[in-house]
This record gives sequence, C-alpha cells and structure tokens, in this order.
Amino acid sequence: MQSRFWSTVSTHAVLLAYSVIALYPVLLTIINSFKDRLAIFGSPFAFPSPDTFTLDGYQTLGSSAHFELYFLNSFVVTASSLVLILIVSSMAAFALAEYKFRFNLLTALYLSIGIMVPIRLGTVGILRLTVDLHLVNTLWGLILIYTAQGIPLAVFILTTFMRQVPKDLKDAARIDGASEYRIYLLILPLVRPALGSVLAISMLPIWNDLWFPLILAPGEATKTLILGAQTFLGEFVNDYNAVLAALTLAILPPVFLYMIFARQLIRGITAGAVK
Amino acid sequence: MRKRGPIPIHILVFLGPAVLIYTAFMIYPLCDSLWLSLNNKGINGGQIFVGIQNYLTLFSQEQWSRPFWNALRNNVLFFVIHMAAQNPVGLLLAALLARRIRGSSIYRTIIFTPTILSVVIVGFIWKLILNPAWGISRTLMTIVGLGNLDAPWLGLESTALVTLSLISVWQNVGIPMMLFLAALIRIPDDLVEAARVDGASGWKIFWRIQFPLILPTVGLVAVLTFVGNFNAFELIYATQGALAGPNFASDILGTFFFRTFFGYQLQPADPFMGSTVAGVMLIIILIGVLIYSFGWQRRQQQIQF
Repeated sequence: MQSRFWSTVSTHAVLLAYSVIALYPVLLTIINSFKDRLAIFGSPFAFPSPDTFTLDGYQTLGSSAHFELYFLNSFVVTASSLVLILIVSSMAAFALAEYKFRFNLLTALYLSIGIMVPIRLGTVGILRLTVDLHLVNTLWGLILIYTAQGIPLAVFILTTFMRQVPKDLKDAARIDGASEYRIYLLILPLVRPALGSVLAISMLPIWNDLWFPLILAPGEATKTLILGAQTFLGEFVNDYNAVLAALTLAILPPVFLYMIFARQLIRGITAGAVK
Repeated sequence: MRKRGPIPIHILVFLGPAVLIYTAFMIYPLCDSLWLSLNNKGINGGQIFVGIQNYLTLFSQEQWSRPFWNALRNNVLFFVIHMAAQNPVGLLLAALLARRIRGSSIYRTIIFTPTILSVVIVGFIWKLILNPAWGISRTLMTIVGLGNLDAPWLGLESTALVTLSLISVWQNVGIPMMLFLAALIRIPDDLVEAARVDGASGWKIFWRIQFPLILPTVGLVAVLTFVGNFNAFELIYATQGALAGPNFASDILGTFFFRTFFGYQLQPADPFMGSTVAGVMLIIILIGVLIYSFGWQRRQQQIQF
C-alpha cells in the first residue's frame, strides 16, 4: 500500500512538472502582453499590477495592421474548407462503404495517397495551376487546396464508420422506395461522431497554416491571421508590447476551438491512427 | 461476385466531387511538379526535357550540392532529435496518464495545448524567451543552477538547429502522447491486473506486457514523425527567416525548397530546380512510408497471429 501511494505521488509530480513546462511559455506571453515596457523587462515573471497594466500593445496592433480583416479571412477559409471537406468526403465515403463496384478498392487506395504524401511537395505545380486559373491572391485558391488536403484522411475515417451502420436500416429504407441519395442523407446523422472527429482534426492544420497563404495569397486583402501575425511580428520585432499582444491574440482562437472540440479532436487523432 | 458493366450513375455522383477536387489540386500538381523536375529552361527560353539532369546537378554541382547536402544532413539530425526526445517523452507521459490517477484528463489537456498552436506563434514565443535582451532563459537557468550555460542559442551556429529541434519537440510531444495513450488504454485491464497479482513491478509490467502490445503504435509514431520532419518549414522560417541562419546552420529541406522555387533576395526563383528538390523530398518520404508499411507493419501482423 505504501509503495502504491508513493508511485501515485511521483506520477503526479512528473505530470505536474511537465504541465508547467508545456504551459509556462504560453502564460508568460499572455501575462506580459498586459504590462508596460518597463515591467516587461524589469519583472517579466510578475502578474500585471494596476501600476504596470497597459493595453499599449493592443493599441499598436489596432492602428498598424488589419487584424479584423485577417481574422475574417482565416475564418472564411477555414469554415468553407471544412464544409467542403465534410460534404464531398462523406459522399465519397458513402459510395466506398456502401457499394461493390469495379475500381472500389482502387479508388480507395488512390484517395489514400494523400494521407501520407504531404500536399506541399506539389507546391510548384499548385502555384502554376493557381496562376492559370487566376486564383492567386484569392481565398478560393486556399479553400480548394485545403479541401484537397483534407479529403484523404476524412474519406478514410468516414468510410470506416459508415461500414459500421447496420445494413437492415438501409435495406428497410430501400424497400420503402427511398432513392440512394435519400439513403445517404439518412445515414449522415448516424455518423455524426465521425463527422465531428473529422472536423476537429482538419480544422487546426488549416487555421494554423503559413505555407500556402505565404505563397499563394500574400496580398493585403487575402492575408490570413497567421500570415498577418508573421508579417507583423517581423516588422515590430523590437516592440515587445506589440509583439506580445499579437502573439496573445493569435493564441486565443485555437485555444478556444480546442476547448470546444477537445473530445472530438482526441477521438479523431485515435480514429485516424487505427489502421 | 464483381459486378460488370458501367458503374451506376449515383456512385459517380457520390465519388465525383471528392475525386475531382483531390485530383485537380493535389495529384495533378504533384505530377506536374515531378514532370517539371525532368525539364529545364531551353536556349530560346522554352522548356526542354533533360531527364534526370536536374537531380545530378542537385547532387553534384557545387553551387547546388553544398546547400542541398547541408539541408539534408540538418534534416536527418532534426529527425533523430525528435526520435530520441519527443517519442520517448511522449511514451513516458502516456504511460503515466494511463495509470488513471485523479486529474489525468486535465494533465492531458494541458500538455496537448502547445500542439494546437500555430508553429509560427510557438517559434516566436520561444524566440522571445531565448532572446538575451529579455533575459528570461538566463533567469530561469540561474534558478536551476545552470546560469553559466546560458547563451543566445538560436544565434549560434553550433546550437541553433538543436535548439529549434527541441522547440519542435516541446510543441509536438502531445501527438505521440495521445497515440500511445489510446493504445495503452485499449489493453485489457485483466492482463495488467493478473501480472500485478503475480507480484510483477510497474516497471516490469510496462516493458513485458504493455510495451510489446503497443509496438504497432511505435511504428506509426515513427513514420508520422518522419513524414512531419522531412516536410517541416514553418518553425525555421518564422524564427530564423528563409535564409535559415546563422549561416544556413538551421537550413532543412523545407526551407531549401522554399528558397529554390520561390527565390529569395539575390537568388532568382527556379521552378525546375524547386521541383527537383520537392522530387527528392517525395522520394525520401516514400522510402520512409514503404519501410513502415512493408517492413514494420507486416512483421507486426505476423507477431500478432
């Protein structure tokens, strides 16, 4: 019993220590973003006090970059890509799970190439294509690329779940004269947990991406939040107030999404991994 | 029985959108890029087929080969540090979380937090913390008694790459942790309980029972780390810039690829050589994935039966 107690205590000690390592740099950033310059350098570990509290950094941010616009762009790109991923992937997954047809296995394999091969390696081709299609510096270009990037894993996860839907249900609907499209709509709510997982694991890579916005949509009107933050941080590198404020604002959206979707995210990571 | 004849129209309707978008924006550009890597600028400005000449240039012509081998060497070290630090730490944390102590879901949530942040933001946070002008790292190192070891790690050629690798480890340790944890939880309680009743220590139970059962996940984590590392870019770009300083000490294939096809400062953009670098990265990643799926995964299946 004694040794069981000490093993629990040491487990807590290690996990607590690592939690501090994981969270401290983030907290330090947030805390200091609310302090004046003197306090940032003089007592970086202290919480802001009434004497040291300031919103200078956030004001610099508001006056020198269009963060509302960047935020809106990120939101439009992420939300549109996710909707497209969920619609087209669930349709494809339904076909792969439901019907026996020639090329079924081949199509599944073809779609799964993208699970392991990063889409980035085709960037030179993507850049040429977006130039030809006049999609450079448009949000549509980003949306279509992120949709293509998200499809492989989404189809893979959704196919697995759609196979588990009982056959009786679909056959009953067919006897009642439902069309195949109707049956797809009938199945969709039944795989809601899987759709949630796909949503959660596809969301952050799109929101957090720097590569494609940097290469395909660097214009002021189409900058995403991460690209906007990156440019801003580079320009204001010596203005600690502004940099810390920008970092804090950029931390908030993913943390917010994480708080809402933590369960789906964890399930999604596991579902994608069980191959 | 396979059905013969044309595929029913509704199946095409279901598959069409996904296959079209995926083909147009992923597979076609990848193939286009591979094709470009076999071409180069002709004398009249047009495009001519040159076979594997670009690859030979990349491997052996001083102007290309020096940065290429440098980036590849750095990338290998980047990967080795992840394998040596990120995955064992992830496994340790998962093993502790699997003990189902009180509050373990809170620990799990906290430790996973850095993983959800953008690499750009993580890079900048650490850049500030390690900046001697702010002095955070010096103060913390002094507290634990290592004050004399403090140095501008990101600015020194000898330490920049290792420091960046460890920042990346700090951010990504949550992924192996989650995967290992999911695998550990799937192990039936009876197995572990039976061993405990027989008097086996926690250490012995872990290495003799739990670890062998999660070997498939070990392979998966390794291949995911491999693909992620040989495709990395953002962390280096955000903290050190496209030139991956100091003096290219932190240059990896992703940053080298970016400079080559996009151009940077005095270096003109070169889509042909850029595609060639991407081609090499693709080959490296495919080799890793093939070793995993045909070597590791197949052997695991044999063990299971």
